Amino acid sequence: MKYAHEFRDPGLAKGILAELRDVVGRTGATAARPLHIMEVCGGHTHAIFRYGLHELVPKEIEFIHGPGCPVCVLPMGRVDDCIEIAEHPQVIFATFGDAMRVPGTKKSLLQAKADGADIRLVYSPLDALTIARENPDREVVFFALGFETTMPSTALTVLQAQRERIGNFSLFCNHITVPQPIKALLDDPDMRLDGFVGPGHVSMVVGTRPYDFIVRDYGKPIVVSGFEPLDLLQSVLMVVTQIAEGRAEVENQYGRVVPRDGNPQALAAINAVFEPRDKFEWRGLGEIDASGVKMRAAFLAWDAERKFDVGYGKRREIADPLNARCGDVLKGLLKPVGCPLFGSVCNPETPVGALMVSSEGACAAYHQYAGARLAEPA
Amino acid sequence: MCLGVPGQIVEIIDRELLLAMAEVSGVRRKVNVTCIVDDAHPLDACIGDWVLIHVGFAMARIDEAEAAETLKVLTAMGELQAELASMRQSAELP
Ligand code: SF4
Repeated sequence: MKYAHEFRDPGLAKGILAELRDVVGRTGATAARPLHIMEVCGGHTHAIFRYGLHELVPKEIEFIHGPGCPVCVLPMGRVDDCIEIAEHPQVIFATFGDAMRVPGTKKSLLQAKADGADIRLVYSPLDALTIARENPDREVVFFALGFETTMPSTALTVLQAQRERIGNFSLFCNHITVPQPIKALLDDPDMRLDGFVGPGHVSMVVGTRPYDFIVRDYGKPIVVSGFEPLDLLQSVLMVVTQIAEGRAEVENQYGRVVPRDGNPQALAAINAVFEPRDKFEWRGLGEIDASGVKMRAAFLAWDAERKFDVGYGKRREIADPLNARCGDVLKGLLKPVGCPLFGSVCNPETPVGALMVSSEGACAAYHQYAGARLAEPA
Repeated sequence: MCLGVPGQIVEIIDRELLLAMAEVSGVRRKVNVTCIVDDAHPLDACIGDWVLIHVGFAMARIDEAEAAETLKVLTAMGELQAELASMRQSAELP
C-alpha cells in the first residue's frame, strides 16, 4: 500500500479498504464502469492526490474532481476587474495569495504588481481593514473570494468597518456557494455522478441541510467529510455502502466539526451583509443560477463593485484559451492529463488555466503528485 | 484558504472587537473569535481552546488530538508552511 505508513492508523486504513472492496462488489460496479464519486472540495482533491487515495481505492471507484476550488472557477473577467481596480492610483488592493497568479486576459495580479499597482498580500480580510485604518487617504479594496468557508470572515470584517465608520475600505465581493454548482452538474446530461463526498469546512458554516435536495430531488447519496486521509476513505465507504444498500441520505462523517445546522454566528453575519445574485459566472461552467452573493444595499458604502462600477455582468464572458480543456476538467468529464496543454504549455510556473494555479486545482494536484510522470511520453 | 489551521487561544486582547491571540505552531496571530462565542461559551472560556482558524477567524472548536492530527496532515500537504508564511508576513502589519 503506497502511502500507508502515513496514515494516522494504517491498520484502520487497511480495514476500511478491505471493507470497501467487499461493499463495492455488491453495487454491480465494474472497473470498466466504475462508480463515479465526486469530491466537491478542492482541499479533498489535494488530499486524495497527496495520499494516493485514488490509487488505493478499488478500481470500481473513480474519483471525479469537483469544482470546489474557488481560485479555479474565477472567470478571467473578474481577474481583469481586479486589475482595473488595483491600477487605480488611489487604491491599495489587498488579496489572498492564492489569487495572485490566476491569469486574466492580459495579465495576472502578480504581473500588475510588477507593473507598479499597489497590491498587497494579506492573510486575513482583517489585515486589509488594518491597512485602511493606517492609510486614511487611500481606498483599500479587499478581494473577497471563496465559498461559504470564507464568507463569514469578510462579512464580519465589513460589519467591523461599519461599526468603526471606516469609509476608505471596500469589498470586491465575488463569493460563490457550493450547492448550486452541484445542482448544475446533476442537471448536466453529459455527467454521470453516483454520489458525493461533501465539503467539510463549507459545511462547518452552513450545516448539512443545504444538501437535502441532492437526496430529495436526485436520489444521490452525499457524505460530508473531513480532509484527513482516513476521513476521506471512511466517507467513500459510507457513500458506497449507501449505494450498495439502495439508500440515498445526507450523512455526516465530520460530526466532530460540522453541526447539522452550521455555525449560527457565522450564518447571521453572512445574512446581514450578503444576498444571493440571480446568477453568477463560473470559469469553465458558465452561468449558474443563484450561485453567488452580492452585498446588500445597506452596505453600498463598502461595496467596491458599486464604487468602481466594475464586476459581474459588466463585461462579456471571456472564453478560455484555445485547446485549454479547463471546463471539461472542472466538470470531471476529463482528467487533467487528457488536456493537450497539460504539463507542456500549461504547468505550475506558467499556468494557462486556473486549475493549474492553486494546490486545490485538479491540474496542479495531478502535476504535483503524479501527473507530470503520467504526461511524459511512454 | 479553505482548509484552515488549528491553533490555541492564549489570550483575549480586545473584548469589544472579540479579538484573541492564538498560537499556531509557534506563530502568534490575532484572531477574531465571534463565531465560537455564545452564552454557553463566553469570551473568557475561550482561553486554552483549540480552534480551527480560517483567514484570521476561529471557526470551530476542536479537541487537542484532532488539532495535532490536522497539523500533521497540513504539513504533509505543504499547506501549513504556506499558511504560516502568510501569517508571519501579515504579523508585520501595524
Ligand atoms: S492543463 Fe491547464 S489548460 Fe489544461 S485543463 Fe488544466 S489548467 Fe486548463
